Amino acid sequence: MTNPAIPVALCALPLLVYATAAIHQVRIGRHWSAWRSGSFSCGILLVLFALYPTHAHHSEYAFTAHMNQHLLIGMLAPTFLVMGAPVSLVLRTVPQALGKWCVRMLHSRPLRIWCHPLTAFAFNFGGMFILYLTPLYRLSLDNPVLHHFIHLHFLLAGYLFAWGLVGPDPGPVRLQFRTRLGILLLAMACHGIFSKLMYIHLFPFDTPHSAEDIRTGAQRMYYGGDMAEVLLAILLFYQQRHHTRRRPVRAPLRS
Amino acid sequence: MNFPLRESAYTPGILLGIGLMAAVDEIIFHQLLAWHHFYDGATPVIGLLSDGILHAAELLALVGGFFLLLEQRHLKSGIPVKTWAGFFLGAGGFQLFDGLINHKLLKLHQIRYGVDLLPYDIAWNATAAALLLIGIFLLRKARRGD
Repeated sequence: MTNPAIPVALCALPLLVYATAAIHQVRIGRHWSAWRSGSFSCGILLVLFALYPTHAHHSEYAFTAHMNQHLLIGMLAPTFLVMGAPVSLVLRTVPQALGKWCVRMLHSRPLRIWCHPLTAFAFNFGGMFILYLTPLYRLSLDNPVLHHFIHLHFLLAGYLFAWGLVGPDPGPVRLQFRTRLGILLLAMACHGIFSKLMYIHLFPFDTPHSAEDIRTGAQRMYYGGDMAEVLLAILLFYQQRHHTRRRPVRAPLRS
Repeated sequence: MNFPLRESAYTPGILLGIGLMAAVDEIIFHQLLAWHHFYDGATPVIGLLSDGILHAAELLALVGGFFLLLEQRHLKSGIPVKTWAGFFLGAGGFQLFDGLINHKLLKLHQIRYGVDLLPYDIAWNATAAALLLIGIFLLRKARRGD
C-alpha cells in the first residue's frame, strides 16, 4: 500500500456507512449520541494514520514502525470503534426483520463462543505468539497480502476484546464486572511480560531489523500497550460506576 | 454500585496508596534514576512474570482507586480521614512488602547495583515504617471519630 488512496478509500467506506446511518437516525427524530459518532470517527482516523504509507514504512526503524502500527490497529483503534456502538446503530437502522435476525445471530452459540473476551484474548495472544515466534513475521515482510491479513486479524481480535470488556453494544456475552476486570488484568500482565521477553531475546528472529530497532519496538509495545489498557480500565470502571453498560437489547423497533 | 470491596471506607485510599507507591518505584527508580532497569539482566524469569502481574495490578488499583475516591467525594465534601489512613497504610504496606519480600526474601532485584546495599535497604524500609506509622496514627484518629 504505497498509494495513499487505498487506505483512504478503505477507511472512508465504513465511516460513510456509519455517518449515513447516524444522520438517518437524527432525521427520523431519534437521538444518536455525538460522542459515539466522534469515537467511531476517531477509531477510523487512527487506523488511517497507522496505514498511511509515510508512517507504515521506515527504513531504519522498520520494526518500531511495525509495532506502532500494531498498537494503533490492534489496541487503540478498536477501543474507539467499539465505543462508537456501530452494532446498535446498524440494528436501529436496518429493517426490523433483518434486525431481529441479527440479534438472533448474535446470540447463536458459535458467536457466543467467538465473541467471548477470553476467546478474543486467545486470538490476540495466540496471534502474537505465532507472529513473533515463528517465521510468520519474516514471511509477512515480503508478502503484502499476508502483512495486511495480519493487521486485519489484530483489528478484529482487538475489537472483539474491547467489545466483550467495555462495549456499549448488545453482545452475546455478558460477564460480571469482576470477571471482566480479571480478564483485563491477565491481558495487561501478558502484554507486559511478552514485550519484556521480546526486549531480552530479540525476537522475531532472522529479520533484517537491528537489535536496537527491536528493543525500541519492545519498549513501545510495553508503554503503548499500557496506555491502551489503562484507557480500557478507565472505561470499565466508568461504566460500572454509571450503570450505563449493557441495557437490555432493544430490538430495532421503528415507530 | 457493585465494586468489589466497596464496603470499606478505607478501600479507595488503600488502592491509591499501593498504586501510587508502585508507580513512584517504577517512575523514579526504574526510569529517572535507572538504578534498576526495564530489565536488569539479573531478574529471573519468575521475577519478570511477577513484575508483569504487579505492574498490571498497580495500574488497575490506581484507576479503581480514583473512581472509588470520586464516589466518596460525591457523598461528603473533602477527603475523609479514613481515606488518608488507607492511603498511608497502603503506601507503607506496599513499600515494606517490596523492601522485605521482593528485595530480600525473593531477591527479585535490589535497589541499586554495585554499592553497599545496607544504607539503601535501611532508608527504603524506614520510609515504609514511617508511612505505616502515619497510617496507624490516622487510623486511630478515624476510629475515635466514629
